[in-house]
Amino acid sequence: MTRAALLAIGLRILRALFTMLLCVTLVFVVLRTAGDPAEQLLPAETPPDVRETYRQRWGLDQPLPVQYLRYIANLAQGDLGTSFSSGQPVAAAVAETLPRTLMLGLTALLLATVLGLTLGIAAALRRGTAADRGLMAVAVLGYSMPVFFLGILLILLFALTLRVLPSSGSSSLRHLILPALTLALPLTGRVARFARTAMLEVLGRPFIRGARAKGVGNLGVILRHALPNATVPLLMFFGIEIGLTLSGAVVTETIFAWPGLGRMLVDSVSRRDLPVVQAVILLVTLVIVLSNLVVDILHSVIDPKVSMARALGGGT
Amino acid sequence: MSLSAAAPRPWAGLPPMILLCIAWIVATLLVAILADLIAPAHFTAQDLTARFRKPVFMGGDWDYPLGTDHLGRDILSRIIYALRASMVIAVLGTALGAVMGTLIGLLAGRLRGVFDVFAMMLTDVQTALPSLFIAIAFLAFFGNNIVLFVILVSLEGWERYARLARGLVISEQNADYILAAETLGAGPGRLIFRHLLPNIGAALVVQATLNFPATILLETSLSFLGLGIQPPNTSLGLMLGEGQRYLLNAWWIAVLPGAVIFLTTLSVSLFGDWLRDRLDRTVER
Repeated sequence: MTRAALLAIGLRILRALFTMLLCVTLVFVVLRTAGDPAEQLLPAETPPDVRETYRQRWGLDQPLPVQYLRYIANLAQGDLGTSFSSGQPVAAAVAETLPRTLMLGLTALLLATVLGLTLGIAAALRRGTAADRGLMAVAVLGYSMPVFFLGILLILLFALTLRVLPSSGSSSLRHLILPALTLALPLTGRVARFARTAMLEVLGRPFIRGARAKGVGNLGVILRHALPNATVPLLMFFGIEIGLTLSGAVVTETIFAWPGLGRMLVDSVSRRDLPVVQAVILLVTLVIVLSNLVVDILHSVIDPKVSMARALGGGT
Repeated sequence: MSLSAAAPRPWAGLPPMILLCIAWIVATLLVAILADLIAPAHFTAQDLTARFRKPVFMGGDWDYPLGTDHLGRDILSRIIYALRASMVIAVLGTALGAVMGTLIGLLAGRLRGVFDVFAMMLTDVQTALPSLFIAIAFLAFFGNNIVLFVILVSLEGWERYARLARGLVISEQNADYILAAETLGAGPGRLIFRHLLPNIGAALVVQATLNFPATILLETSLSFLGLGIQPPNTSLGLMLGEGQRYLLNAWWIAVLPGAVIFLTTLSVSLFGDWLRDRLDRTVER
């Protein structure tokens, strides 16, 4: 790797850190403009002196810049605050729910990638045939399907009618099947469509014709020649899809009572447990910023032509 | 020369699938506008003696064509009013997002400097934080009201309009026609609205069409989670959320509004794809 490439990666990391800081600041600003937490969270009949004690305990008696710096310092040490409703550290609740969301999300991503790539490549190879049109029609149906509707249809079919799979809970791996499918199927549709476009673009290039003329078989052309050249657009695509998958996870976890981060978020909104909401939002941001960073770094490793401008501006 | 070319039929030559999509979209819009006239009952009218009635196609009677829910409310009427609520919010949200996004992009491209840096930072934040999470956070902190809700729904995709508009302004700033207009004394307003905006009109329309389903999904998802439209008002997502509890005995309460959402997002997506292929191939996918 050249010095310029390393510098570009360094700048990209700086930009990711900056975006993170910006999100943290935004969350802080929103929290404070929403009003004095001591007013909003304590019952209306709380005596003023009790209110004042809480203000001091939460650090709300300090000037705003001090509060802001303290908030950032706490975050940097992994202190996400204390849940208003349970009185427990938010970090502990997150440590319990995050692995479940990762398990659900990664299973769905893996499923969607394998299925979507296979279907997309199959459609690209049969371009213009009835099979191609059929596959793409199914893909459109897949990604137009609202996650909550798909989840309900799957529950209706597999849990209530056929009675073969559980519809809620997380006590066994069987409980993972329906939520993972719900999250994966719309994503599969988008992956298939994107993979088809990316493959068609690569398959039209001269070196593919060269490989074919040399006598390389279909599978060899795809695995050795086409797929490696379609890696960059696919990587970029997954960088964008992470956010959609996380949004889908919030809805999916609610439908299937899957005790993950998303369900915790929805529950704490209805209880107005602001520290938990704040922590989940920051974690989601962290996951997305980090995965986009990894995508960009991989991108510049795979394709050294990626310019400095890309690292600095323009976004996805 | 075919006969149909002579007859003024604008739909001639449209693929049948697209015709179906347009028909569905027009139908939903008409239902949304005429809700008060066509709904057999009011959406809050209850009849506790007629709970969980089956739809006609399952052997129910025509008093309640699509059956009733757990409070004996007519599902057909509720879907009609829910469709109106969902469409109004989605249309307002899409329009607001398109106008704000485009305006921010145009200004960022024209003014550059601090404003541009700030605008691009905001698009970075939007990329790092999906609109569903932004909306949930705001609803948690500020509580629910309809104006805030529409603004939050409009966040969906605003950054794409901004990038589109900014890119255009920057790439065209040294074009002859812009320099000519400037020399003739055109102000920034005239430059933007008379000279620049028409260039991306088609791209913006395509972007808005493709963005519309995502806006509907954002609104219905939030309402489904119980964070959007609140009872006694109704929306398609809220109906689904309420109906989920009765899936075992009365699946139609949840499935029928779900099907309406699905058909609407599907129709608009297909129509948007077709429009993009027809009008503009440069729009971001």
